[in-house]
Amino acid sequence: MQRITIGESTFSCQPNETVLETLLRENIKVPHGCRQGLCQACQMRSLDNSPPTSSQVGLKDTLQKQHYFLACLCHPEQDMTVALPNQQGASIEARVVSKQLLSPDIVQLILEYQSPFSFFAGQFVNLKRPDGLTRSYSIANIPLAKNILEFHIRRLPNGQFSSWVYDEVALDAQLSISEAQGACHYLPGRAEQPLMLVGTGSGLAPLYGIIADALAQDHSGPIHLFHGSRDINGLYFIDEMRKLAAEFDNFHYTPCLSGEDIDSEYLRGRADDLALSSTETLSGWRVFLCGHPEMINQAKKTAFMKGASINDIYTDAFHVFQVEK
Amino acid sequence: MSESQETASTQTLYEQLGGEAAVDAAVDIFYRKVLSDYRINRFFDNSDMEQQAAKQKAFLTMAFGGPNNYNGTDMRNAHAHLVKMGLNASHFDAVMEHLGATLTELNVPPELIAQAAAIAESTRKDVLGK
Repeated sequence: MQRITIGESTFSCQPNETVLETLLRENIKVPHGCRQGLCQACQMRSLDNSPPTSSQVGLKDTLQKQHYFLACLCHPEQDMTVALPNQQGASIEARVVSKQLLSPDIVQLILEYQSPFSFFAGQFVNLKRPDGLTRSYSIANIPLAKNILEFHIRRLPNGQFSSWVYDEVALDAQLSISEAQGACHYLPGRAEQPLMLVGTGSGLAPLYGIIADALAQDHSGPIHLFHGSRDINGLYFIDEMRKLAAEFDNFHYTPCLSGEDIDSEYLRGRADDLALSSTETLSGWRVFLCGHPEMINQAKKTAFMKGASINDIYTDAFHVFQVEK
Repeated sequence: MSESQETASTQTLYEQLGGEAAVDAAVDIFYRKVLSDYRINRFFDNSDMEQQAAKQKAFLTMAFGGPNNYNGTDMRNAHAHLVKMGLNASHFDAVMEHLGATLTELNVPPELIAQAAAIAESTRKDVLGK
């Protein structure tokens, strides 16, 4: 009989029972719906062993890789330790080792950690300052020998956390970091596939990581990055991107500005419009969209209608935290 | 060989259509048709396209005669809010149209399309809450 551990509790799975049935029988609250693997409401994550592949049907490849599964389809083959998607594992401590302005609106923060930590470039973590204020930011670097994490933080008007990072954070400041989350990252395996990456503002952060990851893993297909902002203050890493494009034949970079009075060295228009109309079809492409939630909703549908498979579209929407009045 | 002949004659509709791989190929085509059809796209909430695609896949798997847990009551409940929004026979017909066109696009032989259409048609009353 297989045993299911969730949080502090361990339960036995009865013969023929799914993980969902076991947990519900034991009065554990697990969101669920159709119980036949369609609505994906009962998504959970295995923290130790790989879940049975039959319980991962229909999930995005990046989520499968992170051992997500559907509890209603999962007849465990071995003991499992599981967690709900919103259940956070232990966080780790990190300290600021570098802080640098990338543009008037965006600061680069580099943190160093000591404890073991695994992530994919493009995933996000919750950064928590000592008094508990917490915000999510995307990781802009690939895992390296050095234990560092890079973030690009845009200053928001009245943004409590971003203003604090801008005005107060100094070297050696301590922050705690949640587990890495999110399904918007690169996976090797289809090296010749063309990639289309569209980001607005600090949406470049995850894309920068994803591009570095793809290049480090010898992605051979063309990689097209369209980075957009309303005005020049929202664009950054322009020289770095141009340098990268000069170094790698298959990497193409297009900075875009959608506001008025645009310098002719930038393409004029919204990055998503320009990106998605730059190619006749997106059939067979892998598409990454990061940044403004509205842009993502629109662009996701457009990319799909232009031929990208729904499973090949990866998104990371930057929702602005609304302070309750 | 007699053995392969026997296999061919006992193949289910789902196997003849190509199983899960065929469903996967059909989902994107079918969903694109539905989303671009002004007659019905308001019924397909596209705020979560992955979930929506998962549901289309379940529908197609069933229509293909594949493994499913079809349950008339669930189908009624799932569509009840759409019936309130005005879902009627003309919209069901439009979906049937797209199912046929999708399979035609995938070069499925007409007699198999007819079988799949008959299965899909059998859900009409439940979907429309009749």
